[in-house]
Amino acid sequence: MKKNFPYGILVVFAIAAMLLAACGPTATAVPTPAPVDTEVPAASKKVEVFSWWVGGGEAAGLTAMTKVFATQYPDIEFVNAAVAGGSGTNARAVLATRLQAGDAPDSWQAHAGQEIIGTYVAANQVAPLDDFFAKSGFGAVLPKTLLPLISKDGHPYSVPVNIHRSNVMWYSPKVLKDAGVTAVPTTWDEFFAACDKIVAAKKTCIALGPQWTAMHLFENVMIGTLGADKWNALWNKGADWASADVKKGLDNYAKVLALTNSDHSTLTDWQPAIKLVTDGDAAFNIMGDWADGYLENAAPDGLGLKAHTDFDWAPTPGTKGIFVFLSDSFVLPANAKHPEETNAWLTVAASKAGQEAFNPVKGSICARTDCDQSLFNEYLKSAGKDWLSDTVVGSLTHGVVANDSWKSKIDTALGLFLADPSKVADFQTALAAACSSDGACK
Amino acid sequence: MFRRFKLRIPQLVFAIGCMIVGFAAMFALTKIDLVIAGRNFTSIGILAGALIFYIGILAIIAMFESEKLLSISLLLPSIIAVAIFVYVFIGWSIRVSLSQWKGLIPDYTWVGLQQYVDLSKDPRFLIDVRNTVVFTIVFITACILLGLGLAILLDQKLKGEAIFRGIFLFPLSISFIASGVVWGWLMNPATGSRITGINLIFQSLGLNGLISTWHASPQPWGMVFTVIPAVWQLSGFAMALYLGGIRSVPEDLREAARVDGASEVQIYRYIILPMLQPVTLSAVIILGHMSLKIFDLIVAIGNKDIRLDVPGIYMWTTTFDGTNYAQGAAIGILMLISVALLVVPYLVYNMRTETQL
Repeated sequence: MKKNFPYGILVVFAIAAMLLAACGPTATAVPTPAPVDTEVPAASKKVEVFSWWVGGGEAAGLTAMTKVFATQYPDIEFVNAAVAGGSGTNARAVLATRLQAGDAPDSWQAHAGQEIIGTYVAANQVAPLDDFFAKSGFGAVLPKTLLPLISKDGHPYSVPVNIHRSNVMWYSPKVLKDAGVTAVPTTWDEFFAACDKIVAAKKTCIALGPQWTAMHLFENVMIGTLGADKWNALWNKGADWASADVKKGLDNYAKVLALTNSDHSTLTDWQPAIKLVTDGDAAFNIMGDWADGYLENAAPDGLGLKAHTDFDWAPTPGTKGIFVFLSDSFVLPANAKHPEETNAWLTVAASKAGQEAFNPVKGSICARTDCDQSLFNEYLKSAGKDWLSDTVVGSLTHGVVANDSWKSKIDTALGLFLADPSKVADFQTALAAACSSDGACK
Repeated sequence: MFRRFKLRIPQLVFAIGCMIVGFAAMFALTKIDLVIAGRNFTSIGILAGALIFYIGILAIIAMFESEKLLSISLLLPSIIAVAIFVYVFIGWSIRVSLSQWKGLIPDYTWVGLQQYVDLSKDPRFLIDVRNTVVFTIVFITACILLGLGLAILLDQKLKGEAIFRGIFLFPLSISFIASGVVWGWLMNPATGSRITGINLIFQSLGLNGLISTWHASPQPWGMVFTVIPAVWQLSGFAMALYLGGIRSVPEDLREAARVDGASEVQIYRYIILPMLQPVTLSAVIILGHMSLKIFDLIVAIGNKDIRLDVPGIYMWTTTFDGTNYAQGAAIGILMLISVALLVVPYLVYNMRTETQL
């Protein structure tokens, strides 16, 4: 007999199996789809909701809303399938994989507008919500100018839970006063005049962060130069990106870029940029209104500053009467596995109680126009008031006006322009090319 | 092959037992989830069931008492796994890169080499190629020169050699993403009252001329600065390779040279360095395949700034932010080819020299 039975190999396998089991919890951090959804009795009704709200006020807001859900639908268990990662970059990659594998969650978070329509609706992953809007009367409590932005061919596709405003200019009253700027600029020409004084006072005029904040600045300069109607026209059929109006906006943008802090590309996110303003190194910063929570909340979540004295805000130049919005919203998947449960979740997300629970905690305003304003802080009250009266237009950076591939092309064009801001003509050519290859000019 | 088959009843019982248990476990886990302490272990359970089943098969194969058969059956699972998860997926990526898939719905419409042609005209991809070339050349050169220098210094039989070896090797144990974040702070280009990091050290030492904009400098210098953390991490690794190489030079060769009147410098120049050529080749291959695929370090330092863009970052943004799967696959395949151009000749060369021996 040459060899005995190789018990050594068995030991190796046993150890390997144990190691696998030990590594298990981390190795399967991404939820693995259950092989077969078991036919367990109706006692365990579940709704799996996918989002990227995992930290800070976002997660707290989601918890507040799920409490409302639990009281209204005690028989349905809320399963939180949140995936970490700022503004959802990781979450969306995970979601794309799940959708392609036919394992859609019961509802998921997405930015209202083309991010849903151009990506998920185009892939037949999302169902229209005409019935839901008709039955709940949700459409009647939304601003009239919002509905077309979340609809395709007249069918609404998402339930906006909250509204953020993109066109807010945060500034330091002290830096402005020291530089002798008496009035907050309301047009880009006034802005450049104010910058001359601020630069003369040896301060940075406008603070900027990494590339996505440059796109945020880009949309605000363009809207401030073009106005609401011409901005909307850029995202619909017949858009003309080669026009002289666009050129004027791009020239303004190049001028604004020249007034930013030289190290903007190395800042890690928007917070260090706005901190330049509150530290007194820079005069202005253009950032969405989530900045308010960071500025006002007590440490460690925020800077604990006082509104109107330590910092102040105004609409970005040229956008008075315009509300550049972005919105987190939830969808109904096409071929929903649990339509009844998804419907329950959307009902809560659309309801006055749900939105009033979520938004004061998250630091955003209600998409509904009938929320109790006394629940909100001073900034949010002012935003809530503008939401009722202003013309609503969509944000580019935050997924409202352009689908993902178009936005990604614009982002590349913008990045190349930031590398060499003298090439305005090249930038305009690239933007026009992006519109014809992936956008409305197709 | 089957001549030596020898039936052993206890072993057969064990084998059949394993196969039944393994199969039952796998079958059961496709029906119900395995949840332990609130976590889902179903997929791991299925894997464990498959392992038990496989052990049963092995026990039967072992009764044939053929080493060849046993070694093939031991290798088979990993051969199959590698074939599927590496080569089939490479083939699938190539197929996707020849399609026009954009958006969430797969679209395998054949467009030939269109994605590659478009990339060759894409200003962003040209920046990526330039950045990768700059990064690779500077990174490999710096690592090899530093590594060789350190190895020669450590070869001088100095006291506490082990401690120095440890110190130079430690950075290797840090992940690129962590060192990228920390070096991003150190190489902060802010000036004036916000000056910080290495620039602050220079300023307080009065060395104002050395204050730098670091990776925010105009290209290609910005890219050269991103090499610093990579060299800090991997020059110790090159040192270890070279030290091993130097130590493997037989002492009698050195003795013979000394007898012939060679100086220590000459010994290094004419004996040791020529004998280190294979080490240099290995170092270039290992470091080169890392720098051609670099992603995490640049993401941590550059915040996806296009001036510091590399193909890996472009692949990520175009695939997952832009849902342009075809273009992402094309970039991935180009990265694979660039690494293959480096590694395959080396493997071929290695196999040839080994068969000669």
